[in-house]
Amino acid sequence: MFFHPLGKYILLLIAVFRKPEKWNIYRKEIFREMNSIGVGSVGIIAIISVFLGMVTTVQTAFQLVSDLVPRSIIGSIVRDSTILELSPTISAIVLAGKVGSSISSQIGTMRVTEQIDALEIMGINSPGYLILPKIIAAVVMVPLLVIISVGLSVWGGYLAGTLSGAVTAYDYLTGLTSEFVPFTVTVCMVKSVLFAFIITSVAAYQGFYTNGGALEVGISSTRAVVVSCIMILFSDYVVAQLLL
Amino acid sequence: MIEIKDIYKAFGDNHVINGISADFKPGMNNLIIGSSGSGKTVLLKCMVGLHEPEKGSVLYDRRDFTRMSFEERIEIRKEIGMLFQGSALFDSMTVEENVMFPLNMFTQWDRKEKLERVNFCLERVNLARTNKLFPAELSGGMKKRVGIARAISMQPKYLFVDEPNSGLDPKTAIVIDELINEITDEYNTTTVVVTHDMNSVMGIGDHIIYLYSGKKWWEGSNKDIAHTDNKELNEFVFASKFTQAAREKL
Ligand SMILES: Nc1ncnc2c1ncn2[C@@H]1O[C@H](COP(=O)(O)OP(=O)(O)O)[C@@H](O)[C@H]1O
Ligand SMILES: [Mg+2]
Repeated sequence: MFFHPLGKYILLLIAVFRKPEKWNIYRKEIFREMNSIGVGSVGIIAIISVFLGMVTTVQTAFQLVSDLVPRSIIGSIVRDSTILELSPTISAIVLAGKVGSSISSQIGTMRVTEQIDALEIMGINSPGYLILPKIIAAVVMVPLLVIISVGLSVWGGYLAGTLSGAVTAYDYLTGLTSEFVPFTVTVCMVKSVLFAFIITSVAAYQGFYTNGGALEVGISSTRAVVVSCIMILFSDYVVAQLLL
Repeated sequence: MIEIKDIYKAFGDNHVINGISADFKPGMNNLIIGSSGSGKTVLLKCMVGLHEPEKGSVLYDRRDFTRMSFEERIEIRKEIGMLFQGSALFDSMTVEENVMFPLNMFTQWDRKEKLERVNFCLERVNLARTNKLFPAELSGGMKKRVGIARAISMQPKYLFVDEPNSGLDPKTAIVIDELINEITDEYNTTTVVVTHDMNSVMGIGDHIIYLYSGKKWWEGSNKDIAHTDNKELNEFVFASKFTQAAREKL
C-alpha cells in the first residue's frame, strides 16, 4: 500500500536523472521554468512574508510581558524563527499550492492527452525532459525566494513593532544583530533546497501517473498539494532533529 | 517489415490480447480493425513499447524490439512516426515548434535546414503558413494533419496511426486517409493503422487484421472482406441496416 508508490516514485526519479538527450534544449527549459517558478512567485512570497514578520513580532511582544527580559529579544526571536522555520516552511507550503499544483496539472494533462506517449515514441526520455528542468529550476530559485522572504519578514517585523509601539526601532535592531548564529542560515538553505525538491518531484510524480481524463488531472493536482505539504512538514522535523 | 509473434497482454484479470501474430509489410496500409474496447490501441502500444507485452516479440526488420535496452530502443524509435487518436500535439508549442521538435532533439541541422524540413512537411499535409498558430487554434482535422507532419518529419520507416478518423466529418476523414495512403506509397513506409471506420477499411485496407476476443479472428484485404463468411466479422462490418441492405445488392 505504501511501498508500491514509494518504489514507483524512486524509479521515476532514476529516469529523471538519466543523461539528457541534448543539453542546450534542457538549458532553455530550465531558464523558462526558473522564470515561471521563481520570478512568477516573487509577488505572493513577498506579501506573505511581510505579514509573517508582522505577526511574529506582535505575538512575541505579547508573550514577553515580563520586565525581566529586555525588549530587544523580540528582534532576535523574529530573526531566528523566520530564518529557521517560518520563511522556509511557510514559503514551501505556499509554493506547493501555487507551483506544485500547476506542475502536476500540466504534466497530468500531457499524460491524459497522450503528449507523454508522443515524447516516448520519438525516443525522448520523457521524465527527464519534463521533470528535470523543473527540479533544477526550483532547487535554484526556491532558496532565493526564501532569502527574499527572510528579508521582508524581518522588515515586516520592524514595521509592526515600531508602528504598534511594541518595541522601539533601537531595541529591535539591537536584538536583530546580537548573538547571530550563521549556522541557522545553513539550516534555512538546506530546508529550502529539500522543500524545492519535494514540491517539484511529488507534483511531477502525481501528474506523471495520472490516468483517465480531466477529472483525474484535478484529483492528481489536489493530491500533489496534500502529499507535498505533509512531506514538507515531516522533513522539516527530520532536518531540525538532525541539524540542531 | 514488422513482425509480431504471439503477443499477450493483460491488465490484471482483463486479458486484452491473447496471442496475436502477424506480419506488416512496407509500402502497404496495414489495418487493425475491431469494435471499441477490442484491444486495438493496446496492441499498437505493445508494438511501439508504450505497453510491455507479457509474452511474445516484436521485430522491426528482424531486430527484436522487445528484448532491447532503453538506449537500443531509441535508435528504433527514431525510425518510428506515430499519429495519436487525439493528435497529442504539444499544446505549449506552435505548429512549427511541434513539427521541429524531433529535429531539434535528434539532428545537428542548423535552423534554416530545420525550417525547410518543417515547411516541406507542412506543405505535404496542405498546411503551409500555419506555422505560428497554436494547437488550440486549429480544427480537429488540422490537428491531425499537423500530427502527421510531425510524425513524418524524421522520415520514418514505420508509421503508426491510431484512429485517424475519430471525431472528424466523413469528408475530412477521407482526406486524412488519402494522406496516409499517399505517404505510405511515396516513402514506402510500413504503415499500421488502427481503425473501426468502414470507409477507411474499404478505401485503404491493403491488409486487414480483425481483432475479436483478443485474437486475430480474420485476416485479408478490402477485396476479400465483403465476401467473407466469418460471422463476427460480418456483424462488425455490416452493423447497420443500411450497410446490410447495401450488401444484399453486392
Ligand atoms: N492502461 C490501461 N490499464 C488498464 N486497462 C486498460 C488500459 N488500456 C486499455 N485497457 C483495457 O484494454 C481494453 C482494450 O482497450 P483499447 O485497446 O483501448 O480498445 P480499442 O480497441 O477501442 O482501442 C479495454 O477493456 C480497456 O479497459
Ligand atoms: Mg483505441
